[in-house]
Amino acid sequence: MRIANAHLWVHDQDEALAFYTEKLGMEVRADVTLEELGDFRWLTVAPPGQEDVSIVLMAIPGPPVFEQDTIEQIEALMGKGAAGTVFLTTDDCQASYEELSARGVEFTEAPEQRPYGIDCGFRDPSGNPLRLTQVMEIAV
Amino acid sequence: MAFVPPARHLLRAKDLADARYTEQLSVDDLAAAAGLSRAHFSREFRRTFGVAPHAYLLTRRLERAAKLLRSTDNSVAEICLAVGLQGIGSFTTSFKRTYGKTPTEYRASSPPAASKAMVPGCVVRAYGRPQHRTFREDRAPVRS
Repeated sequence: MRIANAHLWVHDQDEALAFYTEKLGMEVRADVTLEELGDFRWLTVAPPGQEDVSIVLMAIPGPPVFEQDTIEQIEALMGKGAAGTVFLTTDDCQASYEELSARGVEFTEAPEQRPYGIDCGFRDPSGNPLRLTQVMEIAV
Repeated sequence: MAFVPPARHLLRAKDLADARYTEQLSVDDLAAAAGLSRAHFSREFRRTFGVAPHAYLLTRRLERAAKLLRSTDNSVAEICLAVGLQGIGSFTTSFKRTYGKTPTEYRASSPPAASKAMVPGCVVRAYGRPQHRTFREDRAPVRS
């Protein structure tokens, strides 16, 4: 068994796409709009070189998929940053932090030493938290 | 200080092309990443990887463009820009020289992107289910 995709709710797919590609440097893996599914847009992104896994940037659907109550509950969770987190790794947390900061990514946490390495945190435009970790090599 | 093989610096430039091809990257940027002068870098890159750096960057962009033509329904112009190329004319020319078809012909020769998208069955069932309609709705007064 392998992980193929994991989805993330986003308020606006175009805004999310610009963030994940232009600011984080990910690339588009799939972007198709299916008329037979009410113009459902399957939009996935992933880091260059990591071919077998991607993040699905998913718009919150209206009826008949979700009723207004459900939409509001998801939006409330997103507003609290509790709808899901993406965990990323990097070879150099400080360098990535500086590079992404220069591209306009607003960090919620600067790089900090942790027992497992160095990591920092930021949010996407929908409020989803992302963590960026330089994992420390631990001798077995 | 630990010895770093010269090829490691060249690999850094190659990795940069692979990771940042969407940006306005030039051979000068790649040479800077390797810490070499442009002329020396170009010579060493070709000697090590068998291809000139500008050709490597272009073919990486074309490979990614071909992937997007197969996996998205974005326009050819959008894909050209998305892989870091600026001119649609030169993109089409380079693409045809490499793949033997224009981007539009290449896309037409592949199955539609939608047929290959890994849209899971749960999404198809949820989004494909129609709204329930009753005859009463037909008689209901139209709300303004």
